[in-house]
Amino acid sequence: MVDLKNVFKSYNKKNVIEDVSLEITKGTITSFIGPNGAGKSTLISMISRLIAKDNGAITIDGQDIMHTKNNELAKKISILKQSNAINLKLTIRELVSFGRFPYSQGKLKKEDNEKIDEAIDYMELRDIQDKYLDELSGGQRQRAHIAMVIAQDTEYILLDEPLNNLDMRHSVQIMKTLRKLVNEMGKTILLVIHDINFASCYSDQIVALKDGKIVKQGRTCDVIDKCVLKDIYDMDIDIKEIDNRRICVYF
Amino acid sequence: MGYKKKTIILAVIALLLALLYIFYDLSGNIDYILPRRIIKVVAIVITGGAIAFATVVFMTITNNRILTPSVLGLDSLYMLIQTFIIFIFGANSLVMMISEINYLISIGAMIIFSLFLYRFLFKGEKNNIYFLLLIGMILGTFFGSFTDFMQVLIDPNEFMVAQDQMFASINNVNTDLVYLSIIIIAAVKIYFFRFYKYLDVIALGKDEAINLGVPYDYVVKRLLIIVAILISVSTALIGPITFLGLLVVNLAYEFMKTYRHFYIILSSIFIGLIALLGGQFIVEKVFTFDTTISVIINFVGGVYFIYLLLKENKKW
Repeated sequence: MVDLKNVFKSYNKKNVIEDVSLEITKGTITSFIGPNGAGKSTLISMISRLIAKDNGAITIDGQDIMHTKNNELAKKISILKQSNAINLKLTIRELVSFGRFPYSQGKLKKEDNEKIDEAIDYMELRDIQDKYLDELSGGQRQRAHIAMVIAQDTEYILLDEPLNNLDMRHSVQIMKTLRKLVNEMGKTILLVIHDINFASCYSDQIVALKDGKIVKQGRTCDVIDKCVLKDIYDMDIDIKEIDNRRICVYF
Repeated sequence: MGYKKKTIILAVIALLLALLYIFYDLSGNIDYILPRRIIKVVAIVITGGAIAFATVVFMTITNNRILTPSVLGLDSLYMLIQTFIIFIFGANSLVMMISEINYLISIGAMIIFSLFLYRFLFKGEKNNIYFLLLIGMILGTFFGSFTDFMQVLIDPNEFMVAQDQMFASINNVNTDLVYLSIIIIAAVKIYFFRFYKYLDVIALGKDEAINLGVPYDYVVKRLLIIVAILISVSTALIGPITFLGLLVVNLAYEFMKTYRHFYIILSSIFIGLIALLGGQFIVEKVFTFDTTISVIINFVGGVYFIYLLLKENKKW
């Protein structure tokens, strides 16, 4: 369980995150939605200890993330940021191998190689595993990064806009994979997402942020609601139910 | 060709050059010449090794392949110290004449300066490496200008002495200092070993490194101190020559085509040795001591640097 209590963060005296309290249960997909500058990425970076919080407490399975050993935490929680510009000449397989670092400390054992193979197969990258990252398309690169996160084999996976710059086919493919990770492997996934229809169709829980505060959190059907969305985006959004899915029409 | 094979080839070339340097045209008073040449080779091995190694680490930390530790301002500080000593005590003073004292003062000042710089910069949450580089560059320029100012004021004869210090030279290296340097560098490298495994991961960038469980701030601070000590020792021993690092590390990356620090560090060190040994050989046999090694290194390095810029330019 990820537990946030009264978390604050400010840059230059301006509050980016203000008094956020939140509980995320295991085995679910939670989407963070909200307009630009709402603090979604900041929040997810704080949960994954990439940036420090100013105030409050963040615990994962009862352990405070600031007082847990870095290496232990790296076996529990992983994050994929939206800009993953790595300027090294790496092949897919080498990138995925880095995911085993918390376990292997750089010396890959048999077990690590098995996990790497598994992750590569899971993301269907077997055929191109020896290609260099700079030779790949955006979708392939994103899949390679997700494979690395899978190889890291953490209970909690945080993703910051994983669908950025991807076409519909690849977006759906990635969301389906995430769903599979939750259903089959019992992972807990937190993601920042801009397309509210993807959030609506694939998540169990939605947290809506605006100006650093939580506007609404709850089950998907509670948040994808005309009044709530109007509150978040200042926009009239029509909601249609198609095959038991709530689709927002905002064009 | 495998990485291992390439590394071995470089090692063999470096070894052959060392042997060539030691045994070429060996005649006359062998008892005197041989130990002199050997001590020079040892000096080259420790400084070349230290600079190549420090530059690899520095480029990894900054995630940038055209930055060398010289942007921390240590070279300029060294020159400032030398000029300052001459300015205050004169070129014929004990401090200038006894190289042990000069060496210890220089190393001490450079290490204290870097610790002070890091301490000041890493206070609180502000641990931006680019901020560190900016401050280093500004202070480096300041030291340089201050050095110029003092050099204008001193006696022209003393200026000649100061100018001599400006260029790295292995021609009259002090034996005792070589031993002392070996001890310091060995100690630093032993200390480094605990951080060695993190280098590959740090090269991925800060966020990835933290994600993979590297205690980033802790490791980077210590690596920067290691870099500062290595650069200080080699600069105090033979003079400012950090430009060599840019040359050899980039050549190593081009030649090895891997990200693995194990091979990059080793091959950088060997290429550094090849450059220094070859350069020193040319200095002694072709130019018959008319020039110093840093002139040659800077010339070759400068040409390669322009090539790098043109090549990167084409990519865009």
